[in-house]
Amino acid sequence: MDVFQHTRPHFWNIRASKTHDRLLFNYRRVWLVSIFLLLVVSLFPMSILMGINFKLAHEAISNENRLRTLRITSNTRRTITYFLEERLDALRFIVQGRKPESLTSNEELRYLLLNLKMGFGGFVDLGLIDQSGMQINYAGPFDLQGKSYKDQDWFTKCAEECSYISDVFLGYRNRPHMIIAQRWPVGEDGSFYVLRSTLDITKFITIISSLDLTAGSDAFICNHEGLLQTPSRHFGEVLAKITLPIPEYSPHSQIMEVEDHKGNPILVGYAFIENSPYILMLVKRSEEVMKGWYSLRDEMIWFFFGSSVVILIVVYGMATFIMNRVYDADQGRLKAMERLESSSRLISVGRLATGVAHEINNPLAVISENAGLLKDIFTFKKEYKEDPQLMELIDAVLESVERSGAITKQLLGFARQFEPSISPLHLKEVMSEVLSFLGKEPLYRNISVHMDIPEDLPVIYSDRRSLQQIFLNLINNAIQAMNSGGLLDITARKIQGDRVSISIQDNGRGISPENLKKIFEPFFTTRGLNGGTGLGLSITYGLVRKLNGDITVHSELGVGTMFVITLPFRFEGDIKDESLAR
Amino acid sequence: MRVLLVDDEEKFVSRLAERLEIRGFESDWATTSAEAFSKAAAAKYDVAVLDVKMPHMSGLDLKKKLQEMSPDMKFIFVTGHGSEEDYCAGSREGFCYIIKPFKIETLVEKINQAMNV
Repeated sequence: MDVFQHTRPHFWNIRASKTHDRLLFNYRRVWLVSIFLLLVVSLFPMSILMGINFKLAHEAISNENRLRTLRITSNTRRTITYFLEERLDALRFIVQGRKPESLTSNEELRYLLLNLKMGFGGFVDLGLIDQSGMQINYAGPFDLQGKSYKDQDWFTKCAEECSYISDVFLGYRNRPHMIIAQRWPVGEDGSFYVLRSTLDITKFITIISSLDLTAGSDAFICNHEGLLQTPSRHFGEVLAKITLPIPEYSPHSQIMEVEDHKGNPILVGYAFIENSPYILMLVKRSEEVMKGWYSLRDEMIWFFFGSSVVILIVVYGMATFIMNRVYDADQGRLKAMERLESSSRLISVGRLATGVAHEINNPLAVISENAGLLKDIFTFKKEYKEDPQLMELIDAVLESVERSGAITKQLLGFARQFEPSISPLHLKEVMSEVLSFLGKEPLYRNISVHMDIPEDLPVIYSDRRSLQQIFLNLINNAIQAMNSGGLLDITARKIQGDRVSISIQDNGRGISPENLKKIFEPFFTTRGLNGGTGLGLSITYGLVRKLNGDITVHSELGVGTMFVITLPFRFEGDIKDESLAR
Repeated sequence: MRVLLVDDEEKFVSRLAERLEIRGFESDWATTSAEAFSKAAAAKYDVAVLDVKMPHMSGLDLKKKLQEMSPDMKFIFVTGHGSEEDYCAGSREGFCYIIKPFKIETLVEKINQAMNV
């Protein structure tokens, strides 16, 4: 949350409590809504595209894997089928070209076996069997001459189907072998002969091992009962039963997706080898074949999260930046509106006041002269002059007239549309003059005055009289606000925009927030009836504005008050001759 | 020393004249410019105290006419208005410019100053 503390918008803690704020909008809500909308419109389509892409890529890769497995299975099946067919064809060739009787000679049979071994390979022995199942001639490493196959399954099948390929079996020397057999055409008397040969399965193993499989994959041949015909990597040795389900017969190469004994998904390509009891199986672990997919998937997920984070940061930043700008602009506008309101109120009050002053001055003069004459008459007649009550009454009238006159004259001064007379001035000089007007008052009241105006402050082109009046009013107020031992601090600094900022600060009793709003209004005074007229600060305000300046006040009860005036170094107006001023 | 007071407010101007009389000035007063002309034609005045704003003819115009009649006459303007224009014109045209209400001593002082007494 620390990051939020630093990046949250300016208006986060602003509640729409002020009247003006209700006219504008709820920034927090707009900010949240805009962030939400921006996130939805950017993340939603991206998520959808991501999902589609995900699905397509997954399908493409898994289809590609299936196809590849199917292709390898199919090719291998062809090779194996060809291998078996070739050897059967060799036997057929012999059967077609010779009479069975010609093979009763052991020498001839051995000669044939030698040719087969050299021409094709894989042949171990060769035997001739008559219709009674008796092996009447045998060439090979074993002593099988005279062995009867009459009751053996394969012999019966071969007699029926002309040619035969057997399952793999362990021979006398415990080495896996298989039998192929070919029958001569049946004679007219129903007699027939069978040529039988044992094949070494090493060739099978060679074909399968040439597939160049990865460590997790496996390829083997099993029979229809699921007994392994070749050794396998993961399913046991020859004649072990595989743990995979035996697929339904299909003339084409097929794919099935199953689980191995550990529950891992595996992809099995299988093909039934024609005219044989064999099924070729190519087993691949899904995990391995989908390796490409997994890395792509991880990349996609990382990309998605990365982009989401970037979008989130950008959206947050943009929304905050824009809403901050809007908020700041609105605040500026509000302040300007408030200032305009108060200054236009001041102007209208000022106009009214001067209008009233004009009209009141004449009757005041009449009262003054009549009372004056009355006093003159009484003064000249001895009997009245001695009457203290009478004199007191008339003096009271004259005093009130004088006081009213003072107010109306100040009011007139307040509204007087004089043109400032501009001359080059040293602020320090002007301020020193003003301090000298005060005479010894600060000294008597034990108030120390500290003035800090740099010597190198540029000359200011402004109206001397107005500046004097402004400073005098503010300094007078400051002194009035302080008790014995107070400190009056006057500083001036050059600020941006070719303006000077003058601050007059006291450590007096301060102004309460509710009074602070009204201090520039005419007739607002806290000094009671015997104090000021309540016009000092409004006149000051009017003068500062007339000089294209600005005046602000900061105050805290019990701490003090600071007035800050900013003025342009150059007043935009004609520079008049000083002598024309009154 | 003769003083002519012109102001449209009779209660003001008559009392003022009386008070000046008490203070040793020979004072006449008028409430219209026509009256002022006839007074000025009949006698010679050293100082004229004129209201700036009067009906029919302003104090400034009256001053021009009176000056034609007696060029040595000194002028003091009084006004209840006190606008900037008034002030500038009044202090330019006359010896001085006083805003109503004023103390009789102020007027006496200004008259004396005008006559270099």
